[in-house]
Amino acid sequence: MTLDEILAEATTAMNVVTTIPDLEQAKARFLGKTGSLTEQLKAMAKLPPEEKKAAGAAINVVKTQVEVLINGAKARILDAELQAKLAAESIDVTLPGRRIGSGGLHPVTRTQERIEALFASMGFSVADGPEIEDDYFNFQALNTPENHPARSMQDTFYIEGSKNLLRTQTSPVQIRHMQSHKPPIRIICPGRVYRCDHDATHSPMFHQVEGLWVEEGISLADLKGTLTQFLNAFFERDDMQIRFRPSYFPFVEPGVEVDMEWGKVKDSKGGKIKWLEIGGAGVVHPQVLRNGGIDPEKYSGFAFGMGLDRLAMLKYGVNDLRLFFENDLKFLSQFR
Amino acid sequence: MKVSINWLKELVPVDLSVDEIAHKLTMAGLEVEEQSPVAAAFHDIVVAEIKSVAPHPNADKLRVTEVDAGTGALLQIVCGAPNVAVGMRVPCAKVGAELPGLAIKQAKLRGVESNGMLCSARELGLSDDHGGLLPLPADAPIGTDIREYLDLDDVIVTLKMTPNRGDCLSMIGVARDLAAVTGVALKLPAIEPLAANSSEQRTVSIDATKACGHYLGRVISGINAKALTPEWMKRRLERAGFRSISPLVDITNYLTLERGRPMHAFDQDKLSGGINVRFPKAGEEMNLLNEQHVVLAPDMLLITDEAGPVAIGGVMGGLESSVTDSTTSIFFEAAYFDPDAVQGKTRVLGINSDAAYRFERGVDPQSARDGLELATRLAVEICGTSETKVGPVTEAKGELPIRKPVNVRPARVCALIGMPIETGAMTDILGRLNCQVAESGGVLQVTAPSYRFDLNLEEDFAEEIARIHGYENVPATPPIATVPITPIPEAARTRSSLRHACASLGYQEVINYSFVPEESETKLMGNTTPVRLANPIASQMSVMRTSLLGGLIQSLQHNLNRGETRAKLFEIGRCFTGSDVDIANQPERLAGLVYGARFPEQWGESKSERFDFFTLKGDVEHLLSFTGCDFVAAPHPALHPGRSAQIWLSDRKVGWIGEIHPRWQQEFELPAAPLAFELELGLIQTVPQVWYTPISRMQAVRRDVAVLVDDGVTIGAIAAAFNSLKLPNIVDFGLFDVYRGQNLDSGKKSLAFRIVMQDTERTLTDVECDAVVARFIEVISHKFGATLRK
Repeated sequence: MTLDEILAEATTAMNVVTTIPDLEQAKARFLGKTGSLTEQLKAMAKLPPEEKKAAGAAINVVKTQVEVLINGAKARILDAELQAKLAAESIDVTLPGRRIGSGGLHPVTRTQERIEALFASMGFSVADGPEIEDDYFNFQALNTPENHPARSMQDTFYIEGSKNLLRTQTSPVQIRHMQSHKPPIRIICPGRVYRCDHDATHSPMFHQVEGLWVEEGISLADLKGTLTQFLNAFFERDDMQIRFRPSYFPFVEPGVEVDMEWGKVKDSKGGKIKWLEIGGAGVVHPQVLRNGGIDPEKYSGFAFGMGLDRLAMLKYGVNDLRLFFENDLKFLSQFR
Repeated sequence: MKVSINWLKELVPVDLSVDEIAHKLTMAGLEVEEQSPVAAAFHDIVVAEIKSVAPHPNADKLRVTEVDAGTGALLQIVCGAPNVAVGMRVPCAKVGAELPGLAIKQAKLRGVESNGMLCSARELGLSDDHGGLLPLPADAPIGTDIREYLDLDDVIVTLKMTPNRGDCLSMIGVARDLAAVTGVALKLPAIEPLAANSSEQRTVSIDATKACGHYLGRVISGINAKALTPEWMKRRLERAGFRSISPLVDITNYLTLERGRPMHAFDQDKLSGGINVRFPKAGEEMNLLNEQHVVLAPDMLLITDEAGPVAIGGVMGGLESSVTDSTTSIFFEAAYFDPDAVQGKTRVLGINSDAAYRFERGVDPQSARDGLELATRLAVEICGTSETKVGPVTEAKGELPIRKPVNVRPARVCALIGMPIETGAMTDILGRLNCQVAESGGVLQVTAPSYRFDLNLEEDFAEEIARIHGYENVPATPPIATVPITPIPEAARTRSSLRHACASLGYQEVINYSFVPEESETKLMGNTTPVRLANPIASQMSVMRTSLLGGLIQSLQHNLNRGETRAKLFEIGRCFTGSDVDIANQPERLAGLVYGARFPEQWGESKSERFDFFTLKGDVEHLLSFTGCDFVAAPHPALHPGRSAQIWLSDRKVGWIGEIHPRWQQEFELPAAPLAFELELGLIQTVPQVWYTPISRMQAVRRDVAVLVDDGVTIGAIAAAFNSLKLPNIVDFGLFDVYRGQNLDSGKKSLAFRIVMQDTERTLTDVECDAVVARFIEVISHKFGATLRK
């Protein structure tokens, strides 16, 4: 074969080869021990010396060309094999992921954590107290002696064979905290409270969040400022109407009931604001400060108590308080 | 309290709409809960008299009437009411009248012309009574608009009263506050005393002078107790929610309603001797008006005559001395009872009393005489006969409360409210509230009026000033404060972080009641002396939990009943573990419960793999991964005895874990046994402070060791033995396989451990590593009879 014929044959062979073993075989036909180009090189030995140089150069040119062809074919085959492998390995990415099953927080604790975070940003820390309480902390220290008419505002669970009770409010934590800390005091106390009441809007156990700020110069105006900011932040608004009106709780003076705007009531003049009671508050009564070991001439403070469940209901549009304590997974799993 | 706006406007002639008045009252602290018009919106309904009634030719149940509605001619009206009768005066809707949802036109009813409609109380929106036509008094002026005649353009507002404002539990009390906030002068009805025209009297005396500050009485004889209560009084009582009972009861109720002045009327002929106010003698008993028999506790203040108790002071009268239809002579009582003497009594007796409700909140100590004079006049006007005689007032005095002047510092008031208010404005507000104000050296000496029991401290007056000045006018200032950084210990795991860790592990948080059925405690916790509620709301909520497990099982049951087949729940909450009621013993716990398939139903996972002890234990280990914990086999009343353990952190027991006992599984009707754990929150929140150990760059050497041991040998025991050896350079030791069965003798198991060794400074030699392995094997073969498996 001539060199041209070898090159033509190699070109054809490399174009049709599709596997690496076939490629190796084809390569041997040209470059193996008995391959056509190897034979050409061997035959060169018989040539006269003056022709060797030119013949050798010609063979080498063809050999290089054949090698390029082989490498090209090899790359083509490897790429084809890779493509085939990738095609074979492809998966249905729309199959669902493998999951351990999602968990989540109860909407009330979720709300509680959010409130804790909002107040933490104002420098409040979280305080805690017992749920079976002493009459002193739950009532007497809060200016509610036995037989006080304010006691009938709250139906109390009592412990059998004891003077103790289930706390009806988170306010006893105020006294406990004041007795063990010095002003400035800035705390919130979220927690479970209990009253003998059970219907669509009352649960015998529910949650409150109490707040207390005692420092020099704290006033009713500061209470208004703090709660207005909090409610706007909690409901992610900046224009929420908050109404503070006089009310009575034995442990504050002046006392406040806090209402917030919740939609409109239809009337002849195109609607008036519908107010929703959101909590009680006020300037801490001097006797309560004294019961907490704090001098009311030097310090003043404000306190507030809000229904945690109520805030969660409003935030998430839940219309029945009982849902929070039935623990139905179809309900709870919505809060993730 | 229900307040008629028309009556209120008589007392305070304000030129304000109902909405405006409601807003003023609410913002003064007398919260308006409800506003309701006394009648439906209608017009052109007048007083008419039925002149004739004839049968309807085409209908048995209808009548054809002729009616005089003051129009000049008789109107023919067809009527179906059963009580229709000639001579009756009734409301008549004329042609052109409009009622809610109904326009009255001239019409033919079953062929007979009808020119209007005769109305029932329900049709006017006055009540639900639809039994027949609303009968009007015989003197109702024919043709008068019914709205005017019955004063129907009135609105009732319901006020929610706070317990401090006993002084507002009357029309005049509410009017006083409205006058103060509007600045409009109060117009009080004048009291015109009747002079005594008889000498009949009953002496009165007070022994309990602290409890009863003033007692006045008067005999009125020759009265007719069967007289009719006048319409105006009935209407005012009914609109305020009082039922009209008899003229004498109505008069005392009217005094209560108008001026918050409870009164009592005794049947004069049933009393004997002088009246004395005192506390009971041992063993005294009496029958109350409501026919309740009571043995009198020593602190029940009594009104007594010579024969014994005739009333509980300020609470309720006695049965025998009460007025009846046949009463002809009464003894009227007007007294001041101290709140301390009345508070709590209705609760003890289990009764309701309008008088006690007011006395325990404070009745004006100065109001007894006016009350008695007004009651006398009303009794004579309403029940008087030609025989009626009024006796002189007899009276006794005890200790009346004295309002002392209180120092009010204007600067202090401004500081508490948080805004500047002129001293003059304060004086003006206090004056409007009928306080007496004197000023000396920049301090106000303020004396509250006798009816205000709630004004005793500077802060109380600060509230009054803020209230009348208007809470709306107090600025909402963003507080200015020094804000030190709150210290947050790093070596602590908060409730929140544990909660989120549980949620990430796939647990859903639940909140259960802290009270549980008693059997939940006795069965699951073996607790026969739980903390019991004295007044539980239901038997399933009668004792305080000592574990969160009962609630978690209840939550599981609830969900299984609603079609769930798998659950992974947790709760954080207090338990009440004191055997007596110990306030200190209320540990917070974290508990989890798993039930059903380990994974939610999905493709590619073994459906048969269920939660077991070890999946749950893995979760607990994950929660406690910051420190490592030990599990020690131990029984628990709720758990399968072979599948339960205590959880220990170093030398402290911090909880338990296990599978619910098959007995309880069966009893709670659970298709399979759940598994649960519970941890003491307080004991797992402290984390060791992290202190970095250098990472070795030297090669680590791993040796795997497989040994054969008896089935009864626990992994924990082998691990403990290994750890106690304190072998050098160990960086990891752990079990990676357990094998039983083929090729092994029964009663034996094969355990495969990995031991990883590494030094920080140099590469370990084979000799050193071999020595470690050899020491381990030597010890466990000695202790547990382990043999090396080839």
